[in-house]
Amino acid sequence: MKFSKINLDTIKDEGLRSVTGLERRAFLKIGFAVTGVFAGGKLLSLVSNVNEAFASSSDFLEQYPYRPHYSMVIRQGLCIDCEQCVTACKETNDVPDYGYRTRILRKRVTDAIGRQREFIPILCNHCNEAPCTRGCPTKATYKDPTTGIVMMDRKKCIGCKMCILACPYEARYFNEEVHAIDKCNFCWDTRLSKGKKLTACANACPTGTRMFGDVSDPENVIYKMVHQIEKQVWVLRPEAGTKPNVFYMKATRSSPWELRRQAEER
Amino acid sequence: MIQIHKDTAERWGYTGVGALFRSNKVLLGILGLLGLLVFYGLAVGLHGTFTGYRHVYGVTRQIPWGLLISAYIFCVVTSTGLCLVSSIGHVFGYEPYMPIAKRAVFLSITFMLGGFIIIFFDVENPFRMPIYNAFSPNLTSNMWWMGTLYTLYLIALGIEYFFLLDQNHAWSRIFGLFGVIFGVAAHSNLGAVFGMLHGREFWYGPYMPIYFIVSAMMSGGAAIILFTCISWRIDRHIMSRRMERSIKAVCQLTTMLIAIIMFFTIWKIISGVVAPEKYVAIKAFVLGRYALNFWGAEVLLGMVIPFILLIQSEGRDLRKMFIASSFMMIGIFFMRYDLVLAGQIVPVFHSLGVDEYSSLLEYTPSFHEISVVVAGLSFAGVFYLLGERMLNGHQFQKHEIVPPGAYVCPGCGGIHYKKEGESEEESLKRHHRVRKVDRDD
Repeated sequence: MKFSKINLDTIKDEGLRSVTGLERRAFLKIGFAVTGVFAGGKLLSLVSNVNEAFASSSDFLEQYPYRPHYSMVIRQGLCIDCEQCVTACKETNDVPDYGYRTRILRKRVTDAIGRQREFIPILCNHCNEAPCTRGCPTKATYKDPTTGIVMMDRKKCIGCKMCILACPYEARYFNEEVHAIDKCNFCWDTRLSKGKKLTACANACPTGTRMFGDVSDPENVIYKMVHQIEKQVWVLRPEAGTKPNVFYMKATRSSPWELRRQAEER
Repeated sequence: MIQIHKDTAERWGYTGVGALFRSNKVLLGILGLLGLLVFYGLAVGLHGTFTGYRHVYGVTRQIPWGLLISAYIFCVVTSTGLCLVSSIGHVFGYEPYMPIAKRAVFLSITFMLGGFIIIFFDVENPFRMPIYNAFSPNLTSNMWWMGTLYTLYLIALGIEYFFLLDQNHAWSRIFGLFGVIFGVAAHSNLGAVFGMLHGREFWYGPYMPIYFIVSAMMSGGAAIILFTCISWRIDRHIMSRRMERSIKAVCQLTTMLIAIIMFFTIWKIISGVVAPEKYVAIKAFVLGRYALNFWGAEVLLGMVIPFILLIQSEGRDLRKMFIASSFMMIGIFFMRYDLVLAGQIVPVFHSLGVDEYSSLLEYTPSFHEISVVVAGLSFAGVFYLLGERMLNGHQFQKHEIVPPGAYVCPGCGGIHYKKEGESEEESLKRHHRVRKVDRDD
């Protein structure tokens, strides 16, 4: 079989003007899908949509089944590892020093050009398809029917640690003081139910890494953030199929997003 | 003291506490030692309960299930296996497996109780368990089903054993069937506890429930052989011809089950090598930190050596069978331990490439954990020895019951029924299809 010879130097540059925005997007989608495979399936949601993080449906209510649908967006590049969120969480929720509800993971890429460090905050993802609530034998952990927060009913916890293993995000630990599993509940008992708008960690974050709000409300900052044009939004460990409600995106200091931080009481 | 009527005692083969002290001194010594170990383990375990398991156990947030869960699985696997293997005889009616039934069901209960002792010290709030299992059940939880079905299983086994003791074989058969159904359901659910964790790639899939059931039968076969050999050392009278034939049948079945588990293990490794996260765990077991556990204990002690020894023994050489089955029990224990650990040593955020989780997690059992396991297993040992002595070696009577009109075949050891007016020799020929050959040379 003969191959036609292609001389790359003589190929005519067709320019980018003939490419429509739609085509560019479609092309980007293919590219992301391909890279997504090579990045271990980490890239999930592409080009201004988060549909793939949920059951794909155009119906708004089905997409965000809770009212308010509490959700957090973590702008990964902004985190400076000051750990004020961790401290605020511990103080607010009486987290013992041997445990944590949220923490910051550190990633070092020594052969990168420029920045070599990245910090990834993690917490309970309050999954729509939470494996922990399915696994719990006594319904001690459950999805709150209105807010979608994964809660703990401490008196029912038998301490079998099934949920710790079921959780793909390592969000749970056994708290000896309360004799039950402890985990992030978006500060429901300590803040949200008392009328405050933010979790302790989002409130404490000085860089705007953690943004908190109601993803079902088009006026809410979270809704706007996950629906930005051409902004990549992803979730951790999508292969676990849990449909998490904590979204991650890249952001830098020069990002066009005007909100530098989200604070309600400073 | 419970007073049992003389006739009942005779029917049950109950020889009273006195029989215990008529045993030889070595046996009494072992019994005493095991009893002490139970108390020691329970004391250490209770110490852990009051100090808080976080301080005394080796388990962590990342590896929350350790030695205790492995030992619990070992106990309930053995229990289910004993129940399943013995059911071939007294439930499904295959004669060669019948003589082992009484001991096997007794041991099945024993191991279940041993397992419950161990799990009691693993669950943080064990007293809430029965309450909220009943009043706040989560029907989608494998854990709930496992607990509930094992409770039903234990009840079925208890009733079955009572009828076996009472020599009411019709009822014991019915409850034996329930025991088998609940046993299979409960045990495959235990497999599904692991198999349905879709965040843990190593365990996820239908492999676990299937593997659990098949390996349970292997463990059950090993346990029957081991304890029959020990019982034979304690009292040689237990070996009747029927028992010899029975143990041979169990030996053959166990050999085949080892071969099946070998094939399970081989495919687990081969399929694991091509999956990214499974590969990391498989590598740790085949080449890394846990290689000795895997190759030494699981493969050599658990499968290869017993496989060869059991074939060599031809189901007759009790010494070889004893060595093979005790190796198997050790190997199977490590098999459970490896299985529980393998799913956890790869951190959930391993693929994220962060510093914290770049290497595999480690777990070492602590003193307290080991002691609790010792307590659970010793309890099973004590219970076994007590049963062996006080229930007359689990025989129907001191010497085999041969139904009227039947005899023990000198050829095969089975029970043959004579037709009316038939001599033993004629019956033997009929049963073994020996054709009449007139030799005129």
